[in-house]
Amino acid sequence: MRKVAVIGVGQSTFVRAYPGSIRELAFEAYRDAMQGAGLKAEQIDASVVCSAPEYDKQRTPAGLMAEYLGLNPQPTFYVESVCSSSSSGLRTAYALVASGLHDVVLVLGFQKMSEISSAESQERMGRGADIQWEAPFGTMMPAYYAMYARGHMDKYGTREEDLALIRVKSSTYGQINDRAVFRKALTLDKIMEPKYIATPLKMFDCCANADGSSCVIVASEEKAKDLCQKPVWIKGLGMATAPINMAGRDSFSGLKCAQLAGERAYGMAGIKPSDVDVAEVHDCFTIAELMAYEDLRFAEPGQGPELIRNKETYKEGKIPVNVDGGLLSKGHPIGATGGSQIRTIFLQLRGEAGPMQVPDAKIGLVHNIGGVGIYGNVSIFGVD
Amino acid sequence: MAFEKFGIVSFTATTKAEQFVEFLQNNELRGTVCMRCGAKFFPPRSDCDVCLSQDMEWFPIEGEGTLLTYTKAMFAPAGFEKDVPYVMGVAQFKDGIKVFGRLDKALGDDVIKAGMKVKIRPVSLENDRVSYELTAA
Repeated sequence: MRKVAVIGVGQSTFVRAYPGSIRELAFEAYRDAMQGAGLKAEQIDASVVCSAPEYDKQRTPAGLMAEYLGLNPQPTFYVESVCSSSSSGLRTAYALVASGLHDVVLVLGFQKMSEISSAESQERMGRGADIQWEAPFGTMMPAYYAMYARGHMDKYGTREEDLALIRVKSSTYGQINDRAVFRKALTLDKIMEPKYIATPLKMFDCCANADGSSCVIVASEEKAKDLCQKPVWIKGLGMATAPINMAGRDSFSGLKCAQLAGERAYGMAGIKPSDVDVAEVHDCFTIAELMAYEDLRFAEPGQGPELIRNKETYKEGKIPVNVDGGLLSKGHPIGATGGSQIRTIFLQLRGEAGPMQVPDAKIGLVHNIGGVGIYGNVSIFGVD
Repeated sequence: MAFEKFGIVSFTATTKAEQFVEFLQNNELRGTVCMRCGAKFFPPRSDCDVCLSQDMEWFPIEGEGTLLTYTKAMFAPAGFEKDVPYVMGVAQFKDGIKVFGRLDKALGDDVIKAGMKVKIRPVSLENDRVSYELTAA
């Protein structure tokens, strides 16, 4: 297989309600990436469009986006794995380039969640789990992740305050990320106010819905060296799946799909967890970040709380995690999230992350989960 | 069409496993067992992914189970608002069979904890709908 690099990234500002249609929202990230990389549409050989269905009325969005972005008549693909759609899109793009079928492929993620109400959005996300056997009970994402939070607390003695510390960190960095939806400072006391959504998760343990788009451009080694001064190499990609229903899960303190995806990505990249300089993990809820510390083996099972108590996942710590504010502060526009995480790592590895920069970062990791651990994608990037 | 009677809001009208509803109406929660390789399933499957057989029978889920995890939902998705708050959880029964469902509303917060012993109770809902819940054993 050929080596593949990321040569350009883009992101819209994530907002509560974007004042335009999905094609216009997608254009924001596309424009950012194409201008940043200095590319023209005719240099893109194929596109991969990623979103979760039913937030907007458009069917077959890849066709729409290929037209609006000016990417006709090249091939386009639609890839979906709910919240990890654009990481699955990256994997698709990697395969297309590594195989030699295409040389330059663009991954576009978008989601305009504001077209429906929050309750409708929860209903749709609930239907991102098992609709035949679980949704009839009134399931929703916070409740699913809350059962994992309860599982972690019961098994390891994790406290609600440990989860709150993760949100404190998130707000520290959300304030300095000009593309984040939530930029207010948050104190531990404020986060600990007992505004429960699904016990033990409270309001600030949950990320906000947002509208947003992201764009990642990948290229073969030859094209990357030709088109880009500082390519960021894709070193390892791991993906795994797990049963969609809770009855099929063997643990409620970690996500098996993430553990396996991590193992596969580390194996392909030939690195250890301790080699990672900076990581973006899927913190749709605080408990999700805590489990990621352990699933990615930054900490032993049950030791995740120690990492955040000792501030080891802050910028100055042993393994900086989500120093762009994560989903908790940036917001979580489902289909755009993975691409936004990849963008942050791209900027970090090129030394272009501004106030969020981790000094001398050479290896970066993205952990992006779809549904309640149905799909796990872990991607490892590096610079020479 | 019987299956759309399952649960508070149903999202599935037709399934080969619709007899599930009939069992619930007769006060039984049942899973399926493969007649060829003996694999047991809950939620019920019509097709065995172990040996590919479609020859399935129903078996009852009875006795005492152990609550593994749970949450009390203080908000609800569209269609479930009037039920708030409600508790959902996962319990493990004989042969490792796990069951996801709601917990009995009458159970106090102080008694619901992981490790508590639970049993299945089929319940009747409005408009001839049926479901099941987990209650203290």
